[in-house]
Amino acid sequence: MKELSLHILDLVENALRAGAQRIVISVCEDSKRDLLEITVEDDGVGMDEETKKRALDPFFSTKGKRVGIGLPLIAQLATQCGGKLEIISEKGKGTRVQVTFQKSHIDLPPLGDLSETLSVLLVSHPEVEFVFSHEVDGSGWSFNSRELFEKLGIEENSSAFFVPLRDWIAYQESLLREGGKRENYKH
Amino acid sequence: MKITSIEDLRKIKEEAQKRAFLREGKAEYKVTVHMGTCGIAAGARQVMAAILDEIAKRGLTNVLVTQAGCIGLCDREPLVSVEKGTERVIYGDLTPEKARQIVASHLVNGHIVGEWVIHTER
Repeated sequence: MKELSLHILDLVENALRAGAQRIVISVCEDSKRDLLEITVEDDGVGMDEETKKRALDPFFSTKGKRVGIGLPLIAQLATQCGGKLEIISEKGKGTRVQVTFQKSHIDLPPLGDLSETLSVLLVSHPEVEFVFSHEVDGSGWSFNSRELFEKLGIEENSSAFFVPLRDWIAYQESLLREGGKRENYKH
Repeated sequence: MKITSIEDLRKIKEEAQKRAFLREGKAEYKVTVHMGTCGIAAGARQVMAAILDEIAKRGLTNVLVTQAGCIGLCDREPLVSVEKGTERVIYGDLTPEKARQIVASHLVNGHIVGEWVIHTER
């Protein structure tokens, strides 16, 4: 995959297929520690010990297929880029996948279009609560999709709202890069 | 219009409502974008964004866009299924441009784009 935001989408798709109702996505960049950290945490079905052991095996899947390459792919990228992937999961409680990378590593793909990843997720799963935060060297921004949708009065058929949502997220992301006044939401 | 705040988003939503964008009604078409790892790597996110963008541009209210996992045809990704009643058409090897054309031809005019169909169920 060419962008980290596509890996994030893939991790979140795993969470959705695990029946998650609340998914916390956080991206944290720390130049001093030369670290980029991506965490996706869900309240889905979780994994038992056997599944957790085999989660990074590309020839293991819980979806009735012969291959399951999502997690192994990002784990390999993390290792290649001076980081690692960690899974904390408990059956019935949920899963937390944390991936770290050396931020300056030459093989690290760009974050890419986070706004497209997030807006696609938000409009196709309005029933799920997404909590997103992105921090760059101590400053950041965040939102909670449930609070956002409540504020805007969006219930069903949120797909018509895709374009403005994507533009709003893209704008917030650009502010984070440039440094400026941001809207922050408690969650 | 540049969207910089929640207030802007609210205004846009209200305008959209005025245009009956968010009118409640039964969806005539169900569009499913397959978003397994294989789909995502092949460009499913960009395809889904193109479909949502085109639907919004055309103000279509009779389409429900959703996503699903891999259906085992990884070499033909990105895949999109279009369902209407009992009919299901699966398009394969898509690009954002092809996806926009499917919205115009299949969802607006009711003409299946035969060239890109890889499977049909009736």
